[in-house]
Amino acid sequence: MTAVLLPSGLEELWALWEQHPTAMPYAGGTDLLVRLRKGLAQAPALICLERLKELQCIEERGPELFLGALCTHQELLEHPLLRGRLPVLAQALAVLGSPPIRHMGTLGGNLATASPAGDTLPPLYVLGAEVELCSPAGVRRLSLTDFIRGPGQVTLGPREIVGGVWVAPPSDSVRQHFEKVGLRKALAIAVVSLAALIDLTPQGVVRGARLAWGSLGPTVVRSPRAEQALLGGRLRLPELRAAADIVADEAAPIDDLRATAAYRREVAGNLLLRLAQYGGG
Amino acid sequence: MKLRFTLNGRPVELETPSDRRVVDLLREDLGLTGVKEGCGQGECGACTILVDGVSRLSCLMLAAQLTGSSITTIEGLAARGRLHPVQEAFVQQGAVQCGFCTPGMVLAAVDLLGRDPQPRREEIRDGLSGNLCRCTGYQKIVDAVEQAAQPPQPEEEP
Ligand SMILES: Cc1cc2nc3c(=O)[nH]c(=O)nc-3n(C[C@H](O)[C@H](O)[C@H](O)COP(=O)(O)OP(=O)(O)OC[C@H]3O[C@@H](n4cnc5c(N)ncnc54)[C@H](O)[C@@H]3O)c2cc1C
Ligand code: FES
Ligand code: FES
Repeated sequence: MTAVLLPSGLEELWALWEQHPTAMPYAGGTDLLVRLRKGLAQAPALICLERLKELQCIEERGPELFLGALCTHQELLEHPLLRGRLPVLAQALAVLGSPPIRHMGTLGGNLATASPAGDTLPPLYVLGAEVELCSPAGVRRLSLTDFIRGPGQVTLGPREIVGGVWVAPPSDSVRQHFEKVGLRKALAIAVVSLAALIDLTPQGVVRGARLAWGSLGPTVVRSPRAEQALLGGRLRLPELRAAADIVADEAAPIDDLRATAAYRREVAGNLLLRLAQYGGG
Repeated sequence: MKLRFTLNGRPVELETPSDRRVVDLLREDLGLTGVKEGCGQGECGACTILVDGVSRLSCLMLAAQLTGSSITTIEGLAARGRLHPVQEAFVQQGAVQCGFCTPGMVLAAVDLLGRDPQPRREEIRDGLSGNLCRCTGYQKIVDAVEQAAQPPQPEEEP
């Protein structure tokens, strides 16, 4: 039998972890409990984090928003700050898994899983999010790039957990966009997804572009060349097609049971064409 | 561990391994066989229960997580011998064939209508998208939820 512990606050968590040093943490369990049952992971003891009060808040703190790691996807999705200020993340959460998966799965769990198809990752990359880590020694902040080191690999010290995410919401001139292509509408792991932040002048000229793709490589894929190509132009099909060609050319996706590499390459580029909807003609 | 929670309105106290899957605890230890296990990995929704009113999957929860919470299974939905309006609508619309998905579907619909009392058809489909049915083709299920969501009759002008 595996002991399952259920601390209701951080102090209790650190005390329990001291007594059970090999215990593995989980939150919604939508990833870990599946892997344990399939024998893909082993845990001598489990600590369920879902009742950690301190890490369930969504708050404005100065110029930034703090999103607690133990917020479920549904709690984030229903929060006005998220819909209003971070629609790129809200759009991704709206198509993550299914309603019950969103009621259980957490932001911290999605980050710590570091799946190439993790739906919150492309939005958090374009937003320049930072990850807050908590341990008995205190709190530290890492960029998302430093936190996620590879597929399924994250920077977490012993007895350290993800406490939350810090994001500075983009200004109102920035269009926020997310789209995921899957094999069906619900419960679909991304074949390819795109998160985009496009800053437009009042005349509709692109003065900033941040793009990130999910499921196109082992971790989130960026394309500085495609971003560069959009600068100074408008969001019209010819300009977008040029950027799409760059991405399709650069990307080195994999073949798997969901799609071929060639298909992923093409979709990754074509997803950019959707940005024409913000071009106003 | 000693586990205390509320089950279909009644307080329960029992001794159980803390890592017992909630679906097994409910079905095998407590005899609530309306909770079904289909896939055992979060894909089908047959094991749906309400935890403090929110639909969750009992195949991906461990007993310790029930501590202090209030659980509703399909067995607890009918109040004082009267079917819940969603159950009633399932019966009237013929939304049940083999019935395996039905408890999960009904509980998912109850959660959905709690959040959004008048969903559009498309929103009903989204709200039930975590529940698979191999028999009905979903039309009648969506019809049933639509019926249960009927707006209350407008008040007569005096
Ligand atoms: C049917 C199904 C469909 C799914 N669909 C999608 C999808 O469309 N998109 C998608 O992105 N994901 C999907 N997932 C994967 C999963 O639901 C998400 O990644 C979810 O966000 C995981 O969160 P969790 O809290 O359930 O993680 P858990 O399973 O609780 O934990 C996962 C891992 O993260 C670690 N962990 C969890 N929380 C913390 C923390 N705060 N600090 C440190 N480590 C932590 C755990 O130790 C474990 O290793 C799906 C899963 C299922 C079963
Ligand atoms: S049995 Fe739980 S989702 Fe299929
Ligand atoms: S009625 Fe048979 S699975 Fe839905």
